[in-house]
Amino acid sequence: MATKASRSAARLMMAPAVILLLGWMLVPLTMTIWFSFRSYLPLRGGDLGAAGFDNYVRFISSSAFWPSIQTTLILVGSVLVITVVFGTLLALLLDQPMWGQGVVRILVIAPFFVMPTVSALVWKNMFMDPTNGLFAHLWRFFGAEPVSWLSDASLPSIVMIVSWQWLPFATLILLTAVQSLDGEQLEAAEMDGATKLKRFFFIILPHLSRAITIVILIQTIFLLSIFAEIFVTTGGAFGTRTLTYLIFQRVLESQNIGLGSAGGVYAIILANIVAIFLMRIVGKNLDN
Amino acid sequence: MARDVTSRRKLINTAAAWAVGLVIFFPILWTFLTSFKSEAQAIAAPPLFLNFDWTLENYGVVMERSNYARFLWNSILIAGGSTILGLLVAVPAAWSMAFVPSRRTKDILLWMLSTKMLPAVGVLYPIYLLFIQLGLLDSRAGLIIVMMLINLPIIVWMLYTYFREIPVDILEAARMDGASLKSEILYVLTPMAIPGIASTMLLNFILAWNEAFWTLNLTSVDAAPLTAFIASYSSPEGLFFAKLSAASTMAIAPILILGWFSQKQLVRGLTFGAVK
Repeated sequence: MATKASRSAARLMMAPAVILLLGWMLVPLTMTIWFSFRSYLPLRGGDLGAAGFDNYVRFISSSAFWPSIQTTLILVGSVLVITVVFGTLLALLLDQPMWGQGVVRILVIAPFFVMPTVSALVWKNMFMDPTNGLFAHLWRFFGAEPVSWLSDASLPSIVMIVSWQWLPFATLILLTAVQSLDGEQLEAAEMDGATKLKRFFFIILPHLSRAITIVILIQTIFLLSIFAEIFVTTGGAFGTRTLTYLIFQRVLESQNIGLGSAGGVYAIILANIVAIFLMRIVGKNLDN
Repeated sequence: MARDVTSRRKLINTAAAWAVGLVIFFPILWTFLTSFKSEAQAIAAPPLFLNFDWTLENYGVVMERSNYARFLWNSILIAGGSTILGLLVAVPAAWSMAFVPSRRTKDILLWMLSTKMLPAVGVLYPIYLLFIQLGLLDSRAGLIIVMMLINLPIIVWMLYTYFREIPVDILEAARMDGASLKSEILYVLTPMAIPGIASTMLLNFILAWNEAFWTLNLTSVDAAPLTAFIASYSSPEGLFFAKLSAASTMAIAPILILGWFSQKQLVRGLTFGAVK
């Protein structure tokens, strides 16, 4: 039984973390919301007065808004599908008995530790460069015309780079889940004559559903704020301007703080919709 | 007969898994190999795999030209500083939540997690402005604080899941024997918590090392870490494949090695204990 003294000691020990995070959340958030209702242009004299909901309306009605939403959805959606499907297959493969399992695991996980600016630049130059990239060599070898990946197929290229970075994450978490699968249940199903496909869809997949949900939610939160990969490859050109990148451009490149802040509020709302679902799952897990 | 089948299956599994593993790892391997080529060999057609004249020249050039050591030092200071600072704040918090839970503990933990969901771009300008006002723009101290704050929820969560696995009976026994709160923490809890704290440190160091939104937007010259150093190769230096490869190898090698040690903790840390 915790005593009163230990309770107040506990509160004191928690205080620094709570106060710091509260400040980190409330101060910038309040400022963003405040700016979003002002006409704020640092290059033209700073705060030019109240703007009501003008920034919110202008951000949505600008010609760049809907394309950016579309780009964001395609990017996040494609990466999720690729990483979850291949992550599941890879996890099942890695779970099989084999020689050198530890080494293969290390090879598969490695991309996750590569910093985003490095992976984007290595892919952009050494693989996707239309003259000297490895893909260009490969295309020429088969007699095809090399592709200018980052201008002609810019979004699929970025999807590929980002998928490469996140596949290890999905694989690792799904592998952990696969390993907790009850082997006896699978054996029983096999004895009863269930085919491999049936075993996958009726036993393995349901068992993985929770892990898949978690992978999807966590990745969505990180993928919504993809930045460096676009910054060093296309700089938002060729239809790769996501919502995050659009806001970045409004704020730092065109220095329209009011407009950018309104965009920021939209991004925060969007992220929170995803976050609510994630928190529910994590919260449930805390109870047992 | 049965053994024959399983060992053949094992062989197929091994071949398939190694093939997939090597394809996934290939970009890293290719970068590593290219870093030892001359610029001409790096763009040779057809590409050279191992049959080239190995040279360390690129490493020398990159270090000399771009002052690599300073970027490296900044990365170490920012990742290390924010991890240590984060632990100082998080260990007491996680300790109290794990051992003296109250009705609100769960809400506080979930609320902390929710601060991690705040998209960085949504608060970019306020932070930028505050940094200018406080003179923190392009300073290591500023980045250490930001890195500490964005990773604090993960540190608290990871520590909490580790601490919760420490049996409470031991603490109660120590209390019965008259141990004070201080000695309880120092002599009973700390030795048992060290493995958890170590893995938390490792994961956070990696996350801070690779963070590339704030480091790109809040630094220019003095405090720029390796993420920004590599971004400066965006153009036109990026077309010098061998030098780009050498710079990239130097930026990712330390963390790749640390990462291999932390694979197991990675799952727990990144799923907030939801998958163990």
